[in-house]
Amino acid sequence: MNELLFQLFGAIAVAGALGMVLNLRNVVAGALSLVATMVALGAIYVMLEAYLVGVLQILVYAGAIVVVFLFVVMLLNLRDQALGEGRQWFTKTVAVLAGVGVLVLFLGVLPAAFSAPADLEAGFGGYRHVGALLFTDYVLAFEVTSLLLLAAMVGAVILAKRRTDGS
Amino acid sequence: MTIVLLKLIFIVAVIVAGMLPLITWTERKQSAVMQDRIGANRADILGITALGLLHPAADVLKLFSKEDFVPEGANRVLHLLAPVIAIVPPILMLAVIPYGGTYRFGESSLSLVVADIDWGMLYVFAVGSIATYGAVIAGWSSNNNWALLGSMRASAQMISYEVTMGLSLVGLFMVAGSLRLTEIAAFQDQSFRLLGFLLHFGWVQGELLPFGLDLLRLPMWGIFLQPLGFVLFLTCLMAENKRPPFDAPEGDSELIAGYHMEYSGMRFGLFYTAEFLEVPVIGALIATLFLGGWSIPFLSQETIITFVGAGFGEGFATGLCMLLHVASFLVKVVFMIWLQMAIRWTLPRFRYDQVMDLCWKTMLPLSLANVFATGVVVLWVEGLLP
Amino acid sequence: MIEQAVALSGILFAIGAVGALVRRNVIVVLMCIELMLNAVNLALVAFSRQWGDPAGQVFVLMVIVVAAAEVAVGLGIVIAIFRNRESVNVEDASLLRW
Repeated sequence: MNELLFQLFGAIAVAGALGMVLNLRNVVAGALSLVATMVALGAIYVMLEAYLVGVLQILVYAGAIVVVFLFVVMLLNLRDQALGEGRQWFTKTVAVLAGVGVLVLFLGVLPAAFSAPADLEAGFGGYRHVGALLFTDYVLAFEVTSLLLLAAMVGAVILAKRRTDGS
Repeated sequence: MTIVLLKLIFIVAVIVAGMLPLITWTERKQSAVMQDRIGANRADILGITALGLLHPAADVLKLFSKEDFVPEGANRVLHLLAPVIAIVPPILMLAVIPYGGTYRFGESSLSLVVADIDWGMLYVFAVGSIATYGAVIAGWSSNNNWALLGSMRASAQMISYEVTMGLSLVGLFMVAGSLRLTEIAAFQDQSFRLLGFLLHFGWVQGELLPFGLDLLRLPMWGIFLQPLGFVLFLTCLMAENKRPPFDAPEGDSELIAGYHMEYSGMRFGLFYTAEFLEVPVIGALIATLFLGGWSIPFLSQETIITFVGAGFGEGFATGLCMLLHVASFLVKVVFMIWLQMAIRWTLPRFRYDQVMDLCWKTMLPLSLANVFATGVVVLWVEGLLP
Repeated sequence: MIEQAVALSGILFAIGAVGALVRRNVIVVLMCIELMLNAVNLALVAFSRQWGDPAGQVFVLMVIVVAAAEVAVGLGIVIAIFRNRESVNVEDASLLRW
């Protein structure tokens, strides 16, 4: 049952990713396929006992990041338009071939079966467990990410702001 | 399995099928009372108007019989999908809201919540964040500039208020020590002495407070422990709901009807249903988090079972207790619905920049201050401050 | 299940990488980068499950923060470029290319 659900969500994730990359005309539909991928990945995380990460995946990626993408698409009022995707077919063919080649190599070296997964302590992947780790062992990284977010916020505001001094 | 299904059917029947039509009626009737009108009284069967109670039925008949119109140049698939995405999240949220405590009937025990998950509030946030897509896709797929403006406003407003919504609850989580909604509700099923801190810090010596001040007690509800959190959370939820005074995305006077202006018939009905459905869901959330959930103030489950059980048997007492708790929960939900209606018909619409200013310049700093102050107080009370 | 998760992560990363190389719409390119970050997250979660070590999940949280920051700055750049060039085609923003 679990295995079947896992494969189902995996198939949804791959289909969503393909839908985003192959949808040449409609950016919004592409973004929505990406949402399907994000939600499916959230379900997969929960199946892998990463409850906090699974919920944050949906909350942050599907609920905020992709909405920001859609917001920008609407702000720029990008209707369906072909962007001349036909150019540079040689480079693109090479890129696709290289990507597929690397993927085949990767799947080739991936062992058919890992050893049995480790036994989990109670509460593994819950918000208490991960949160305690985040605020003890990794507190420096946590604080640094807050600086990163501040820098990103200031940067985004300055980049997107209209110049008011006339220059 | 059957029990879970029964619990699911109960909450859906009460909130969706029971309260929803009544809310559309209350909306009309309460606005009429507040504006000194007679209000909804035109729909009748053979002259019987029944206080306007037939209006919900008339609404449904009208919406179903209207033409299902898809505008020229609209994206048909997304246009069809948007109202569905809008209505699913509030229904999903009902799954984790406890409408009763845990009751022991002999060997078996019954917990009145559909899904009692450890990260219940995170689930509510995650599901609620999906609701943004309904408005965003609706506006974009309609091929209409007003609708597009409406959905831009909706997406910006909903993302902004989600941030404050999460932060405004952190204080409550710190006090209750859990994200599980059943635990938060059970935590509030107790009371505290209003001046108990005098004893706690040893400022007044003795076992009891003098002058009978011991009798000054409050139920340990979130609204008393986190009053600022309550106001912020309610405001954020109302902004997420996009009803007045936060209806800038719909903005009748400037955007005609905002993101759902190109919808007609039952597809429009789904948007409207979603908006109305969020009102009792918000009520249920606030009741669970801040108004003690199913608990009855100063009357614990043990007291009821001891007193009533002595005369009528323990099984009857537990059943009675369960009914009382569900009734207490529903009373709180109805009160919150009334409060939202009163706010909706009292305040005029915020201008769009005022909505954003309120979120980022007032409520976000306040919620951060609330988190900090709560943390300091919790540490102080536990004697962990240096 | 773990090996399937790692394989899925590889597939998603490949789709994202090819998309980022092939597509010319800069918003889609950014979304492909998000997809690659997600693939890495999936691998981290899978390994965290395999070894029973929650550190992998802490890394995922960090990656999510970085992704959010990247989207904010990236879309800010997109808006700035669109103001100047009226285009979201990456080939139109090639002024400094040799």
